[in-house]
Amino acid sequence: MNTITEGLLSAAKLVVTLDPDLVEISLRSLRVTLTALVVASIIAIPLGTVLAIQRFRYRRTVIALLNAFMGLPPVVVGLVIYVLLSRAGPLGVLGLLFTPTAMVIAQVVIITPLIASVTHQAMRDLWADYHDLLISLNATKRQRIMTLIYDGRRTLLTAVLAGFGRAIGEVGAIMIVGGNIEHATRVLTTAIALETGKGDFALALGLGFVLIGMAIAVNLAIHALSGTEREGRW
Amino acid sequence: MNILPLRLTAAEVRRRGKRLLGPVDLTLGTGGVTVIVGPNGSGKTTLLRVMHGVERLSSGSANWAVPDRDAQARQAFVFQSPIMLRRSVAANLRYPLALHGVARADQDVAVTEWAAKIGLSDALTTPAPRLSGGERQKLALARALIGKPQVLFLDEPCASLDGAATLAIEGLLRDARDAGVRIVMATHDMGQARRLADDALFVLGGTIAEAASRDRFFDRPQHPALASFLNGDIVT
Ligand SMILES: Nc1ncnc2c1ncn2[C@@H]1O[C@H](COP(=O)(O)OP(=O)(O)OP(=O)(O)O)[C@@H](O)[C@H]1O
Ligand SMILES: [Mg+2]
Repeated sequence: MNTITEGLLSAAKLVVTLDPDLVEISLRSLRVTLTALVVASIIAIPLGTVLAIQRFRYRRTVIALLNAFMGLPPVVVGLVIYVLLSRAGPLGVLGLLFTPTAMVIAQVVIITPLIASVTHQAMRDLWADYHDLLISLNATKRQRIMTLIYDGRRTLLTAVLAGFGRAIGEVGAIMIVGGNIEHATRVLTTAIALETGKGDFALALGLGFVLIGMAIAVNLAIHALSGTEREGRW
Repeated sequence: MNILPLRLTAAEVRRRGKRLLGPVDLTLGTGGVTVIVGPNGSGKTTLLRVMHGVERLSSGSANWAVPDRDAQARQAFVFQSPIMLRRSVAANLRYPLALHGVARADQDVAVTEWAAKIGLSDALTTPAPRLSGGERQKLALARALIGKPQVLFLDEPCASLDGAATLAIEGLLRDARDAGVRIVMATHDMGQARRLADDALFVLGGTIAEAASRDRFFDRPQHPALASFLNGDIVT
């Protein structure tokens, strides 16, 4: 039997039998990534919107930084966070290294620039459309931001989903800051890396298929919840 | 509270070293319809935006009878190409009311009333960007009037509309005027200008070349350029 079929079979077996280890690490993957996604979105969406509508002194610099941060290698992000969180580091007292929280922090750092940057581009176009009307209606700054976020929600959803995709599949940074500890910080991607290293390709592939399935399921679920397809484009 | 008159004093708009408007001295008194005509690029839109306070003056001043903040809240503007929020027709109508904290029940009443006036009662849930050009223009006008402004600025509200749609808009404008709304409108349609104007301004090269009551403006123009403009000659 070739490796792919074996992988599919072992994935099917893991899922059908609701393998406890699989369930545990899948749920942890989801929890870490969704937490990171919520935190990152809360930071990135208002940030991207403000960058689109507000002129201030270092606006261009911030945008350039964001774009640069989008390309940060996750391994380096992991390394920096490791140094910050390690016992001797400035945040060492918090004792966060090798916990899911550390993994959330790493993912937030990785996806916030991505979501903020896509948000900024989308909101810039919408603002060009709305600018005169909102100024004319005397909308306060807060009302302008809320209006743009609300009317741009479909594009924002795409930004958030892109962030989810990047975070759920990330391995380098969370391996470093999480440590891939069984029953503590092991998630799908780090488990895949581990099994591949051990030479258990079938199990690694099985986990990989579960990961892909989960990513697709979350995408579909979010789309269904927000009614993107039903209402179509405005 | 009456926000009028509006006084422009030596108002000038310059951008990148080029003078787009001015110097303009003008007093906008209470009541009636003022129509602004002039060739393309003469500065009609810029003048309207200056009056509305959305175009920064390079020099000179524009003062309402009350502080700017109070005056702002009592004006509305219909832009040359109507800006539709990416929401339903009802949500577009509701938007200015919601911004200014009108109670939900009162919003509903006003939305129903205005949708009926512009013939969009059956389209309340339609996304506004899907409306036809004429419907958008009517929606933009209703959205401007729903907040009961004292002064309404319109920038070519009937450009690219056919006769019936134009008449519908003019009907709404007459109703608004009769209800006491001060109207200032730029248009390229001389028939419309004659039909609606109480007085008129001729803008040429960024300045007001002539300002007069309707009959004098259209029947006895003083400025030679206005005479040829009304004749249909090309004026630049
Ligand atoms: N932000 C700007 N920067 C530079 N030039 C501008 C700007 N806005 C307008 N202009 C120029 O100012 C002049 C007057 O423009 P304006 O839109 O007021 O003319 P208009 O009379 O409304 O013309 P139309 O009949 O075509 O609508 C034009 O030459 C235009 O190109
Ligand atoms: Mg214009």
